[in-house]
Amino acid sequence: MESLSNKKKLIESKPLNFWERAYLPAILSGLSITMKHFFRKPVTISYPEEKREFSENFRGMHSLKRDENGKERCTACGLCALSCPAEAITMIAAERQKGEENLYREEKYAAVYEINMLRCIFCGLCEEACPKEAIYLDGDIVPADYLRKDFIYGKDKLVEAPLNQ
Amino acid sequence: MELADIIIKFVLIVIIFAISLVVAMYSTYAERKVAAFFQDRIGPNRAGPWGILQPLCDGGKMFLKEEIIPTNASAFLFIAGPSLAILTACIGSAVIPWGQQITIGGHVVDLQVTDINVGVLYIFGVVSLGVYGVMIGGWASNNKYSLLGAIRAASQNISYEISMGLSIIALLMLTGTLSLREIAEQQHGWNWNVLRQPLGFLLFIVCAFAETNRTPFDLPECETELVGGYHTEYSSMKLGFYLFAEYINMFISSAVMVTLYWGGYNYPGMDWVLAHAGPTIAPIIGVVVMFTKVFLFIFFFMWVRWTIPRFRYDQLMDLGWKILIPLAIANIVLTGVIGTFL
Repeated sequence: MESLSNKKKLIESKPLNFWERAYLPAILSGLSITMKHFFRKPVTISYPEEKREFSENFRGMHSLKRDENGKERCTACGLCALSCPAEAITMIAAERQKGEENLYREEKYAAVYEINMLRCIFCGLCEEACPKEAIYLDGDIVPADYLRKDFIYGKDKLVEAPLNQ
Repeated sequence: MELADIIIKFVLIVIIFAISLVVAMYSTYAERKVAAFFQDRIGPNRAGPWGILQPLCDGGKMFLKEEIIPTNASAFLFIAGPSLAILTACIGSAVIPWGQQITIGGHVVDLQVTDINVGVLYIFGVVSLGVYGVMIGGWASNNKYSLLGAIRAASQNISYEISMGLSIIALLMLTGTLSLREIAEQQHGWNWNVLRQPLGFLLFIVCAFAETNRTPFDLPECETELVGGYHTEYSSMKLGFYLFAEYINMFISSAVMVTLYWGGYNYPGMDWVLAHAGPTIAPIIGVVVMFTKVFLFIFFFMWVRWTIPRFRYDQLMDLGWKILIPLAIANIVLTGVIGTFL
């Protein structure tokens, strides 16, 4: 059949000549190739000591943000939990009491906010859904642990450190 | 034999035994490092500086692992297999001359456990016993993969022993002796046998790779076809013994190759060194030269392992019977003709 793409290549397979059949020259050239690699710089990154730089839009561990006055931005609207395809986010909302204005920005806040890191697929939809710019996946890789219950991260691990006064 | 001689021999035996174990231990570490360097990696570097305690950790792990003897396995033979493998690997070092005679405080000491006049035959006997460890272990496991691995090991060793023996015959026609000490002495200075027997050496090293079950001839433990080969059912230190035996075999066969073909402890300019450094220091330099050559060969074994893929089984048999044996016979004829007419 005629080739329509014009990319067809005819490959000839000639019988091997004596040196090719002797196999030794091929072995020697193979040995020289591996010897070149022997003196090459290793490409390994020794992980815990050195870390590779993440790309700018890398999505890692979540963090709950504070505003410029150090108040928590989250208002416990639940849009992140609703948008989450993996059902990883749950929260319990609470009303802000008098005297807590410097802690929470809105009148409603998340008393409990939990993300199950084993369920999370790091898609970033919570980040997109959030109307208050309260959640971002800007952290590191989620570290390893021994028990499943330890992968359910509460506010203690998620909320940003308070601003220094 | 005086008491002093017996003590010296005993010390020598212990030293050589310890050296072959330590070399085998650190061969496992070297293998992993060398493999890493060939693949642009770093290799083990966590246990101790540069990972030099890695073999100790591996050994400790082997001892602490659960020891399993399969229900339907023959328990006695299952244990006898690895024991035989490590035993035959260790006794090969007895006839290898590690250096010239050394003079320590008036005593003249041979740096060789025993100089029997059929040293080459002894080596061959021990090497061919080595396959029994693999065969017994594979058969006693009562597992088809182990059995196939054992059968492969047996037929491969039998095939390659023939061409190995034939390539040695050509060498023996030149040396006229079977004693390894005399063969080493004849290669004084630069008169290394590899210069007179290049083809014989090539045949010998190919067969040595096959006899030690190293890549490209490691079909008895071919993972893709046979799970783990003859040691599929083994765990704990019995597995460790099999792996260890392979590395000791590699060390011993390197030493045999160095002694037979690469001049043993001889090096150019050794007479000058002997005259200037005296009869105590010069043999020590010879031992260092010997071990350097042996380590280079061990490195070569590893280099080949991380370069060449495994043979197919029919190719292995073709190479052994249709190429190596005719070449070895041609080498004998050639050596005879050259020896007679030139």
